[in-house]
Amino acid sequence: MIDRLPPYAQLLGLTAERDGNGAPLLVMPFATDVLGRPGFLHGGAISGLMEMAAIVALHDALDSEGGGEIKPINVTVDFMRGGRDKPTRSRGIVTRLGTRVANVETTAWQDDPDKPIAAARMNYLIVRR
Amino acid sequence: MTEGFQFDPERFFRSRLGHGGALGIGYRGHGVDEGVHWAELELPYDARLIGAVETGVIASGPIVALMDMATSMGVWLRANAFVAHATLDLRVDYLRPATPGRTVIGRGECYRLTRSIAFVRGQAHDGDPSDPLAHVAGTFMAPDGYPR
Repeated sequence: MIDRLPPYAQLLGLTAERDGNGAPLLVMPFATDVLGRPGFLHGGAISGLMEMAAIVALHDALDSEGGGEIKPINVTVDFMRGGRDKPTRSRGIVTRLGTRVANVETTAWQDDPDKPIAAARMNYLIVRR
Repeated sequence: MTEGFQFDPERFFRSRLGHGGALGIGYRGHGVDEGVHWAELELPYDARLIGAVETGVIASGPIVALMDMATSMGVWLRANAFVAHATLDLRVDYLRPATPGRTVIGRGECYRLTRSIAFVRGQAHDGDPSDPLAHVAGTFMAPDGYPR
């Protein structure tokens, strides 16, 4: 998944890398296509980044157990700070990977991971192979 | 309290730049039903929005963006003014996948407006309003307050 992001990830300008622990990390550059009000990121783009980070993390976890398909059930996003003119990073944390359902948490940050600009919780339905 | 200028949704969406423009989101309509102001935006199907290449289904992110904007417009219509505000939170239930090839229509409304918080809800469908694909609920906050 990390090396074949879908078209929507390209629209957001996302690139994927792995951090020191091998966990996938997504980076979204500040660009016109992800702008909301002048000078700030669009909340929808921040949500899109976090949803992609969640999906990449979940596929990573699922692949280590034989793989499968995932379907989004819902997402709850909290916006905490305005996204300014700098790269935004996001990492998904799979809090529970069950047989049929997975719970994933994500945050998005710019300078300091401890000062997130947004956070999200997602539930996914899982169809294992 | 900030008194914004009167809000014209159609004009607001003409020649829109930024993320809404990149996604292809456009104005569809607005009105009042039983005292509740609503706004409708549309998100035409586009291969650049695809989240799952195998199925051609668009990603969930563009639906969040669409509903964030539709509900935000619902607030400005209810306030009858364009007011600077920020999304506090948004919850989206994905009732079913959007059908590939179809335009997604998002309707947002503000069902309660206080001095600083707007409570919103909305639904998205792709042709049949009685068969929605997403349901949203959320809140916005205006730092300088909404006109009452």
